[in-house]
Amino acid sequence: MGPLIPNEYLSYEWNIVIALLIGLVFGFILESSGFSSSRKLAGVFYGYDFAVLKVFFTAAIVSVIGLYYMDYLGWVDMSMLYVHPTYIWGAIVGGAIMGLGFITGGFCPGTSLCAVAIGKLDAWVYVLGIMVGVLIFSEAFGGFESLYNDSYLGNITLAESLELPASWIIFAVTIMALVAFFIADIIRKRVSKIFY
Amino acid sequence: MKKVIEDNRHVYWNPYFGGFLLGLLIIFTFYMTGRGLGASGVMKSSVVTIVDQVSHEHAKNNAYFSRFIEEGKSPMNNWLVFETIGILAGAFLSGSLAGRIGFRIQHSPKITSRRRLVFALIGGVLFGLGAQIARGCTSGAALSGMAVLSTGGFITMLAIFGTAYLFAYFFRKNWI
Repeated sequence: MGPLIPNEYLSYEWNIVIALLIGLVFGFILESSGFSSSRKLAGVFYGYDFAVLKVFFTAAIVSVIGLYYMDYLGWVDMSMLYVHPTYIWGAIVGGAIMGLGFITGGFCPGTSLCAVAIGKLDAWVYVLGIMVGVLIFSEAFGGFESLYNDSYLGNITLAESLELPASWIIFAVTIMALVAFFIADIIRKRVSKIFY
Repeated sequence: MKKVIEDNRHVYWNPYFGGFLLGLLIIFTFYMTGRGLGASGVMKSSVVTIVDQVSHEHAKNNAYFSRFIEEGKSPMNNWLVFETIGILAGAFLSGSLAGRIGFRIQHSPKITSRRRLVFALIGGVLFGLGAQIARGCTSGAALSGMAVLSTGGFITMLAIFGTAYLFAYFFRKNWI
């Protein structure tokens, strides 16, 4: 059955409507969860607000359990879903640079768009910065090319990398998230409150 | 002060509720399109479009940009661009309902607006650069990657949060 668009159950015009609708709900959820506030987002790194951790890991667990369950029921073909490719060094170095950008800028691209929509001028500057970053990358692409293409392992999943059943990994990730939620609440109680 | 803290707590949704809905949205997105959510893609499309408008020759000769230019087709005619228009509208709707709309610069009382803007610009440049190297950002690589157990998605997620925790101490004045 699913995914619908790759299986051509829907035309290109519907694809655009679906894109707008998905974006609308995505933006609404992020803004309502407080992700348009850089000080709320940064709270996860100082222990005064764990909204990022809770929203992010709840979403990850719900989606991974849901998708694998739908695959089990035959509603969606897991093998047809796009798996983000693994370039080990690109993921590590790119992720590290993004982490540094997160703690200096206080947003990631999705959350900055939400902040742009409600008029935060720091987010407008942040988005401008992202575009400058993209420009720097493309102009210096020759220098980044080996890092960009290094250690390619294909579109692999953790189940293949660790040679374990997917259900075990999902179970382990769920337990880790629950422990993280529990520890976050303990830390939250001990850190002085910050108003933002 | 107690009143203020009480207000602060109820301004936004319960994070588990927001996370649950976001999880359902990711499932729906994969079910419909076979792919996950994205956010940094639109900034890349915008830059490609601008460079292409300024100098088509330059964009075509650039080894990275040329991947995203097809003759007779605008890089803005892209699934992620329409999704982003939706994100902006959805966030505006949510902000309107909660009374959060307004031009302002949000920062810690310990720093100036100017300092906040400088750091926001630096952070943006770094995130834009990192998102290209990792082929996606927190949404496209980490969140959507984790939904299908992508090894690269998990590594990117750990690298983002790990590095941010590692450097958080040096930037504490900006936030607390």
